[in-house]
Amino acid sequence: MYTEKVMDHFMHPRNVGEIDDASGVGTVGNAKCGDIMRIYLDIDENQVVRDAKFKTFGCGAAIATSSMATEMIIGKTVQEALEVTNKAVMEALGGLPPVKVHCSLLAEQAVHAALWDYAQKNGIVIEGLKPPVNDVDELHEDDEEE
Amino acid sequence: MIYMDNAATTRLDERVFEAMRPYMMEQYANPAGTYSFAAKSNAALEHAREQIAAVIGAKANEIYFTSGGTESDNWALKGVALANAKKGKHIIISAIEHHAVLHSADALARDGWDITVLPVDAEGAVDPAALEAAIRPDTVLISIMAANNEIGTIEPLEAIGEIARRHGVLFHTDAVQAFGHIPLDVEKMHIDLLSASGHKFHGPKGVGMLYVRKGVKLLPFMDGGAQEKKRRAGTSNVPGIVGMGAAAEIAMAQMERVIASESAVRDHLIARIEKEIPHARLNGHRRNRLPGNVNFCFRFVEGESMLMLLDAAGICASSGSACTSGSLDPSHVLLAIGLPHEIAHGSLRLSISEETTMADADAVVDRLLEIIPRLRSMSPLYEDFVRHQKDAQ
Repeated sequence: MYTEKVMDHFMHPRNVGEIDDASGVGTVGNAKCGDIMRIYLDIDENQVVRDAKFKTFGCGAAIATSSMATEMIIGKTVQEALEVTNKAVMEALGGLPPVKVHCSLLAEQAVHAALWDYAQKNGIVIEGLKPPVNDVDELHEDDEEE
Repeated sequence: MIYMDNAATTRLDERVFEAMRPYMMEQYANPAGTYSFAAKSNAALEHAREQIAAVIGAKANEIYFTSGGTESDNWALKGVALANAKKGKHIIISAIEHHAVLHSADALARDGWDITVLPVDAEGAVDPAALEAAIRPDTVLISIMAANNEIGTIEPLEAIGEIARRHGVLFHTDAVQAFGHIPLDVEKMHIDLLSASGHKFHGPKGVGMLYVRKGVKLLPFMDGGAQEKKRRAGTSNVPGIVGMGAAAEIAMAQMERVIASESAVRDHLIARIEKEIPHARLNGHRRNRLPGNVNFCFRFVEGESMLMLLDAAGICASSGSACTSGSLDPSHVLLAIGLPHEIAHGSLRLSISEETTMADADAVVDRLLEIIPRLRSMSPLYEDFVRHQKDAQ
């Protein structure tokens, strides 16, 4: 059901952990639905993501998308990081089963939430960044599956 | 590979396969034929009926062959409902029934039947007193499973049957997980209809049966030929039925020994997990429990990732998490016993057979001792839990 890339990121997740005194931390999802993602960002004075770590409670796809999303934003500016969409994360993983699309949305929103936290703490505005949405299934109704 | 998903399906017994083989190859006649070549197939069907009836203390002519447990459950509910609509349109089921019963009841509800869904206690048992209180003058059927497929709890069938009989209400039990595994007696338990499935006790897939007590009114579900005394049309699945019969006879003959061996492995698994893995909760009843069922919730971890890591280690198991149920909600059974969503998402079912050894059990626990801490170290819920504990100190 999962691609080799997803299995690789699930079996060997990159960037698991916490960052002490992180520049920004974002937590999205809820335990009720079965997945929660928390992303920690270390952002330098040039607004470049120096490091990213994650903690995820969730299925294989949730762990793999968190791992891939953190990998994709490290080394990018906050503006570039904002442009890493759920679609890009999915593509990098070689695709996800339709029922798991919401995991990639959660990863995207976790990054946004951490960026939002960073912007709030530093009193800056990141162009195009909206306040984080906790429940991604409210955002996109098209990925609901029975 | 270590196979611990015997509640999903079991391995076909070699003896069962050998019994089936001639009916796939040489003895292929349609038992409905009038020639003597068909008589042997017909005799095989009747022999299987006797083998199966013996497991539940029924008469052979009360056994009707179907395509499996789902068809039997559908037929029992819809067939009784339609045949008794003039008497009443109220049906009582439990909250932890299999979807074959739950969704059949939903379908009837859409067509005007009134369904009472009885809650269960924290261990998954139906309260007979609550059942009795739910019976109304228009109640025509009570459908309570014999044993639950997820948490293994065995329901108080004798008490339920006695109440149903006293109130003149038909009693159906979905015994898909129980048939051939634990003693069942349709007389002692006052069971009027009982569903079973061949592949859950080392028989073949695609065959099941419905026991229908003589005199019970039940509308046919499949219309067509005159098979099964005109109650269930369709060419008889002779090899499947022969296989189910053979599996039933073996299960019956070995039951005592198998219960003892499975219970020993089950209790060893439960004891080791409870002793060695913190924040683990046993689901289901401790004593009134299927001998092959172990079900735990591990806090702060999610079921599917647990299953994937077990799979990577060559272990087959199942979970009631949302990711494995194909919806956003975890298993209705785990919610019905009162578990909060986040704990229900972390469930693991290990279902064993007589082939499961103590060494298999130890190997699985040893793997869990790696997998659970690994997933917890990745879990923000666990991170928060540890932080709260530190703060509280």
